[in-house]
Amino acid sequence: MAFDAGLAVLVLGVASWTIAARDTFAAVVGFVAYGLLLALIWVRLAAPDVALTEAAIGSGLTGGLLLGASTRLRRTESLAVGEKPAAALRAATIGLCILVSAGLAAIILLLPEPAPTLAALAAANLVATGLGNPVTAVLMAYRAIDTLLEVVVLLLSLLGVWSLTPDHLWGSLPSPHYRADSYETVTFVTQLLAPIGILVGIHIFWIGSVAPGGEFQGATILAAMWILTMLSGLVDAPAVNRRWLRLLLIIGPVVFAAIGLAGFAMAGAFLAYPTNHAKLLILIIEVPVTLSVAAMLTLLVAGPPERSSHR
Amino acid sequence: MSGAMLYGFCSTVLVGLGLYGLIVHPELLRKILAFNLVGGGVFLLFGVIARRGAAIGFGGDPVPQALVITGLVVAFAATALAVALLLRLFQETGRAILQSDKLTDAPSDNSQP
Repeated sequence: MAFDAGLAVLVLGVASWTIAARDTFAAVVGFVAYGLLLALIWVRLAAPDVALTEAAIGSGLTGGLLLGASTRLRRTESLAVGEKPAAALRAATIGLCILVSAGLAAIILLLPEPAPTLAALAAANLVATGLGNPVTAVLMAYRAIDTLLEVVVLLLSLLGVWSLTPDHLWGSLPSPHYRADSYETVTFVTQLLAPIGILVGIHIFWIGSVAPGGEFQGATILAAMWILTMLSGLVDAPAVNRRWLRLLLIIGPVVFAAIGLAGFAMAGAFLAYPTNHAKLLILIIEVPVTLSVAAMLTLLVAGPPERSSHR
Repeated sequence: MSGAMLYGFCSTVLVGLGLYGLIVHPELLRKILAFNLVGGGVFLLFGVIARRGAAIGFGGDPVPQALVITGLVVAFAATALAVALLLRLFQETGRAILQSDKLTDAPSDNSQP
C-alpha cells in the first residue's frame, strides 16, 4: 500500500513536470519517465501484457518520436514565450480541469458492486483457442476483428504520414542519414545489442501464447532494433517505393483478412476458427502480422521521405 | 482504500493535468505531448476497471486489458501522424505554435475574412 501510494505520487509529480517544464526536450524526457512509471503501475494492476506494451510503445517509441520532433522544432520555442495565455484564462482552465477530474473521480466511486467481468467467460473458452494467455486469446480469437482493424489503422496512418511527402521527394528515403564512422560507441553498442534484441523480440512474440507478451510487444522490440541500426548508420532507411518493403507492410493485414474470410467456409463466420486448428491458424496470422507491424512502427518513427540520395 | 482505487484517483488527476497542458500550451508539440498524457490517464482508468473485474484466478478482466493494448498501438499511430503533420506545417510556414486571436486579428497582412 505504501509502495502504491509512493508510485502514485511519483507518477503525478513526473506528469506535472511534463506539463510545467519550460524546455520541450525536458518535457519529453519527463514523458518517457511517465510511461515507464505507468508500466510499473500496470504490473501492480496485474496486467503484465499491458505493462510491456506501455513500456515499449507508450514510453519508448512515442518518446523517441517526440524527442526527434522536439529537436527539429527547438528554434521555434522562443516564439512561444509571448503566447502564454492570460492569467484569467489559465485560472478558468484550472477550474475546468478540476471539474473534469472530480467528475471522473465521482464515476469511480459510483462504479457498480460487484464489478462486472468477462474473466469467467474468457477462461471458459480458453481451451478452444489452444492458447494459455487470456489476453492473447482476446486479441487473436474473441476480438480478432479489433486487432485486424488496429493493424489496418497502423497502415492507414503510415499512408497518411507518407502522403505528406513533397512531390519531388516521392520515392526517396525517410529520416536523416547517420554516418556509422562518426558515432563509434553507438556503432559498437548496436552491433552488440541488435542480435540480442532481435532474439528477445522473437521470444516475447512466441511466449505470448502462454505468458505475458505477444505480437505487438515483440514487433515493437524488433522495430526498436531496426531503428537502432538506422540511428547508428549501420543500415540506411529503405526507399518508400521498394517492392519488398510494400510487400512486408501488407503481408500481415492480407494474411489476417484472408484467414478471416476463410472463416466463413471453415466455421461459418468472419474470423471464426475451426475448433481443432485454432492455434495453428492464429500462429499463421501472427507471424506475418508481427513482421508487418514491426515495419509499420519503424517507418512511422522514420517519418515521410525527405532526402533523395544515400548521402 | 485499495491499491486499485488509489490508482483510479491517480488516473483522474492525470486526465485533468493533461487537459490543462492541452489547453494552455501554445506550442503544438506540447499539445500532442499533453494529449498523450490524457491518453495515459484514460488507459489507466480502464486498467483499474479491469483490475476490479478480477475473478477465477485472473488478476484482472482480460477483455479491457486487451483493449488497452489495442488502444496504446492506435494512440501511437495517431501521435506519429500528428507529429508528421506538425513537421510539415513547420516546413511550409516556419511556425509550430498556435497564435492567440489578438495577434492574428490586428496588424496581419492576411486579408482573409
